[in-house]
Formats: sequence, C-alpha cells, structure tokens
Amino acid sequence: MGCLESMKHEIIMRDTTFKECRQYILSNFPEHFEVLPGYKIFEKHLIGVPPLYIAVDGDDVIIPYTKPCYGTFLIRVPDPEMAAELRKKKQK
Amino acid sequence: MPDTKTGPRDALLLLGCPQVPIQTSVALYLAGKLRKQGITTVITGNRAARTNIEVADPDRHYIGEVIDIDRCIAQLAEKKRDFHYCFSFIHNDAGLSYAATVKAMSPAAQILIIFGDHYEEVAGSVEFPAEIIAVKAVHNPMPLKAKIDEVFPWVVSNL
Repeated sequence: MGCLESMKHEIIMRDTTFKECRQYILSNFPEHFEVLPGYKIFEKHLIGVPPLYIAVDGDDVIIPYTKPCYGTFLIRVPDPEMAAELRKKKQK
Repeated sequence: MPDTKTGPRDALLLLGCPQVPIQTSVALYLAGKLRKQGITTVITGNRAARTNIEVADPDRHYIGEVIDIDRCIAQLAEKKRDFHYCFSFIHNDAGLSYAATVKAMSPAAQILIIFGDHYEEVAGSVEFPAEIIAVKAVHNPMPLKAKIDEVFPWVVSNL
C-alpha cells in the first residue's frame, strides 16, 4: 500500500468542512465506520473532529483528508483489499 | 504513556496555514514567553508555516525544536511523544480539525488561539473541551498579544 498522494483517488468534495464531510458520509454511504482521529490508513493518520467517519462503497474507501492550507477534502480511493479489511474489522 | 505527562514542562505550538500574517509573530512571542517560564517548546506546522518561523528567528532566540506536522501527528498517534500543553493556532476549519485530532490523542492541556476574520464562526464550531482565546486579529498582532498576556499567567499556573 503506497502513500495516499501517489495513489489513484477521486475527490468527492473539496474545500469543505469536517461537519460537511461527516454529514455527507452518513447520508450517502450506508457502510460507514467511526474511527478515532489519528487512525492510520493509506500510511496517513486521519485528521478530524470526533465523531470521525470513513466509509466503504464497493471496492472503494471513502475518507476525509485535511491539509492546513487547503482545508478538508472527501476522497474516494479504489482499494479492494482495504475495503475488505475495513469490513472485516467492523464485523469483529 | 501515562494519562498526564510528568517531568519538565513542555508545550507544542501547533501552527495553521500561515496565510494570516499575525500567526508567525504571535507564535514567536508565545514561544519566548514560554521559554522565560522554563517551558520547552516544540513548534509544528506545514513547510510554509515552519519556514516563516525559522526565517524570523534564525539564531533561535525564541524557538527550539521545529518539526513537520505530519511527523508530529504520527508521533502523538503512536504514543511516542506527548506534551503538557498544546497551543493551537486556528483561523479556519482545518486548524480546528488538527487541534481536535491532538485533543483526541493527547492528554495535553489544550489552549485554542483563534484569530482571523472569521474567528467567531470558528470559535462557535469548537466541539471539545479546551481553553479558548478568540480575537479578531488579522494584520495587527496587538489584540491577540494583549489577550495572551491577560490569560498566560493563569494558563501556566492552573493547567
């Protein structure tokens, strides 16, 4: 698994807020998971205000991604292995 | 790592995007005040924020260690490091997200320094317990400096 910047990804929302990301995930992705800020995925620790949500949609993983100067993005990363791993974690 | 950090006091200064001019001068001012109190500081931010700080204090009269924000977050998340205080410089939603992330990972006393044109809106979005210093200050650092001077003695003696 490589660093997020070097991986194929699609931007679902850009220049958004943590609240909008949270709401969008809850409203649009039934398979969502609450994680703690700092949760490591794609070699990055997620930044966000709890409750922080990520989701899986088919083989894709949906995560918020925050940078100090660019705000928060909601991105879709195709990664069947990670999607399966997250589903497995949720079942536990 | 214990719930409350022990040993000599230290503080993390978490910088936001340096697009609001006063951030660098107020961060240097606060680092100097903390140093005078014997509190070691570590400054973290993205490359632009760090470079502003390092260029402004080349001989490191006020600043100590300066580290990349992703590295700092990783060290906190992996419990390799912690601080007594975290002063977060916030003028937008992203800054608030970073502060909330540190709050979730660290027992450090959180002091949110909220400034910029939208300071009221940003301060109103805070959803976690923290001491808040919020002032409308963009180009002139004096209102924020005055507020820091007002609360600083209480912060270092009570938190």
